Amino acid sequence: MADAPNIPDEAEVRARWGGFKWTPENERRAAEIIARFPKGREQSASLPLLDLAQRQVGAETRTQGWLPVPVIEYVAAQIGVAYIRVYEVATFYTMYNLAPVGRYHVQVCGTTPCMLRGSDEVIAACKNKGLVKGKTTPDGLFTLTEVECLGACANAPMVQINDDNYEDLDYDRTTAVLEALARGETPHAGSQIGRRASCPEGGPTTLREMADANHDYRGEWA
Amino acid sequence: MPKLKVDGIEVEVPQGATVMQACNAAGKEIPHFCYHERLSIAGNCRMCLVEVKPGPPKPQASCALPAADNQEVFTTSPMVKHAREGVMEFLLINHPLDCPICDQGGHCDLQDIAVAYGKGHSRFDENKRAVTDKYMGPIVKTTMNRCIQCTRCVRFAEEVAGVEEIGAIFRGEDMQITSYLESAVKSELSGNTVDLCPVGALTSKPYQFEARPWELRRTPAIDVSDAVGTNVRLDARGRQVLQCHPVINDDVNEEWATDKTRYMIDGLVRRRLDRPFVRREGKLQPVSWPEAFDVIADMAAQAGGSVAAVAGDLVDCETMYAAKLMLGSMGSSLLEGRQTGLDYDTSSLAAVNFNTTIAGLERADAILLVGSNLRWEAPLLNTRVRKAIKRGAKVFAIGPEVDLTYRVEWLGDDLSLLGSLPSHVADLFERAERPTVIVGAAALKGGHGAALALAKRFNLVREGWNGFNVVHMAASRMGGLILGYARPGGIADLHYARLTFFLGADEVDFSRFTGFKVYVGHHGDRGAAAADVVLPGASYAEKSGTYVNLEGRVQRGERAVFPPGDAREDWSIFRALSERLGHTLPFDSLPGLREHMGQNVPQFAKLGLLSFDWTPPSLSESASGAVGRYPIQDFYLTNAICRASPTMQRCSAELIHGESFAEAAE
Repeated sequence: MADAPNIPDEAEVRARWGGFKWTPENERRAAEIIARFPKGREQSASLPLLDLAQRQVGAETRTQGWLPVPVIEYVAAQIGVAYIRVYEVATFYTMYNLAPVGRYHVQVCGTTPCMLRGSDEVIAACKNKGLVKGKTTPDGLFTLTEVECLGACANAPMVQINDDNYEDLDYDRTTAVLEALARGETPHAGSQIGRRASCPEGGPTTLREMADANHDYRGEWA
Repeated sequence: MPKLKVDGIEVEVPQGATVMQACNAAGKEIPHFCYHERLSIAGNCRMCLVEVKPGPPKPQASCALPAADNQEVFTTSPMVKHAREGVMEFLLINHPLDCPICDQGGHCDLQDIAVAYGKGHSRFDENKRAVTDKYMGPIVKTTMNRCIQCTRCVRFAEEVAGVEEIGAIFRGEDMQITSYLESAVKSELSGNTVDLCPVGALTSKPYQFEARPWELRRTPAIDVSDAVGTNVRLDARGRQVLQCHPVINDDVNEEWATDKTRYMIDGLVRRRLDRPFVRREGKLQPVSWPEAFDVIADMAAQAGGSVAAVAGDLVDCETMYAAKLMLGSMGSSLLEGRQTGLDYDTSSLAAVNFNTTIAGLERADAILLVGSNLRWEAPLLNTRVRKAIKRGAKVFAIGPEVDLTYRVEWLGDDLSLLGSLPSHVADLFERAERPTVIVGAAALKGGHGAALALAKRFNLVREGWNGFNVVHMAASRMGGLILGYARPGGIADLHYARLTFFLGADEVDFSRFTGFKVYVGHHGDRGAAAADVVLPGASYAEKSGTYVNLEGRVQRGERAVFPPGDAREDWSIFRALSERLGHTLPFDSLPGLREHMGQNVPQFAKLGLLSFDWTPPSLSESASGAVGRYPIQDFYLTNAICRASPTMQRCSAELIHGESFAEAAE
């Protein structure tokens, strides 16, 4: 499979991550997560614990984080289920990274609504900044992935970078976001043209009277 | 009891039955891949779609839909036909068209169902997906391109075998079945996934590219690799057994067989004894049958009544009976089958039987394992214990800790625990409705009496339930005990016999035998190496034989192939030898022998489960000392056939001793 994750050599990974342990802060959080589920149903904690582990790995490597095999095993051992069951979960969800990623994991949506609204330009902008699909840039800053719908179609086209969405992009705005990130700044997340959430561009197009105050439309019904 | 109509036929099915079962009850076949009656329901192949009224106007997966009153099910409507064709087309999108080079060809569910329910052509012009093959150990060969993601193997590994090492990773079109980190699946039941796989994704590695199913001659037989008596089918081509499959018998093996049962058969054509040998000047020299008999007759004349017979683990009752009769006519009753020196009391066979019965073990609600590594001593009993646990049973064990694939509370390894169980265990056994104690060979030496005392204390034998069990490991054991192949002092009594017949006995300490040794058996193993005369016999695949399994079930297997070279069926060897010795046995055919045996040993007169009266012997109730190591140290090399089998040797090296083997690049 061409786009299968490039899982690193197992011996090296074990040497690096074999001694993985929660930080005291995460230890507390993990206990809290497990306590959310009834006894005997610890397997339900797979998802949040894997997320926590990925974030801890991210903090240690100053990247978005990923899930080395020994870390998956650590999580599985903590909730007392077979390794393969947790590994299945980790491979099923695309938000878990099975291979190391850069500091910023740029996930470009290329599904139909974004594609119609110009995701090709977004991808072109990424490409011109030196990002290659499925690869990390040599400076370790960016990893580019093309993903399926991330559920922000009203603000298409969009990218998700680590935990934030950047929406209403075009070639220039994408370049600006990537450059800001490269400079170490934190660009404003959300719409890049100043829209609030997914409100219509240029003010409301329907129910205009409702914009400022509550308005009773019932008398206007014919 | 819901009543429903399937294609106009009214059927009544038990509460909780599925629509598919209702259809089967009405005689309608529903094609399916992921559904398997002994595994949990997954409902992911979608092949079993039917039309159900009332219900949404779309086809429904019948394997996962409960049957309900007044349902109307249609299995042949245009909607169903269309749905099946569609599903089949989707399944075949990524399935390679490599049937001519696929080992599953000829007994493949996908082939059969595609022919019966498919469209006959494809509209798919794109590339098929490619999946890398996975390594799943020395038994299972994988060709993952062929996988249709039914997940039967995953469910089997988790639910029956208890080794959660197989899983489905990634999702959607990228989903693949793999073993954890693509390492060997460490299960003694892994071969069953080959049978479960409805396509050619998991095939048998030792059998790859050997034969097609229509070339094989099928023979029902009884497995001898352990004492469970798995019902098997031996598939032979010409003179060689090529495959061994379990046959469904819910009382014994359900639908499973161990890897040893399945794959020790390639040992049947290796290291065979195919002509008689006599030791001259320290070396075994090939001779003719009359010459070998002459040598034995000379020795027999000198030995007089000091003649003994040791039964091996794999022999059938006919052989033991013929040998016993011959020894009797020579004036001896020195018979023993417990080769490793066990000398437990056999005055009451109920006290050394698996009384709960194999199927009954599922219903136990409290189980105490005493000195038994059940996973290796009787893997198919272990799966029953897993089923009991699923129903809520608690399992405790006395002995060195091993991985039994389920949660066990290890109490320690001292047999004195039998007399002083921790209070929570004793309480549970007091309260249990069907308490069960399982005694393994490791505890029989010092703990038999104490275990029987436990039976009395907890009232293990009650109306409709007998919870006292002994696990044997030899296919010949119960038959041998019935025939009297047991002496109070064990095998030590036989050491000074002047002439000893070893009936395929290879686990004996031969250095202790001072007399003349005659080995009657089929493999050139330890017994033949120590013998003075070797008479080539037939293995279990080469003779029709009666076996009694550990629960006292008399079963009979048939002959699949002929013994190699000059080798003969064992009973006929004793018949011929007895004539040479001047005490001709009173039968000259196998039916004749069986009739004679049935008259003298009524237990063998008919097949089926024997019942033994519960009259436990009074033995010393105290027990102490640690349970030493378990008798089976290497699951894959327990008898002469598997020691000759390259597959079993490789399993042992890889799965038990951890050697790694490089795979040849394709």
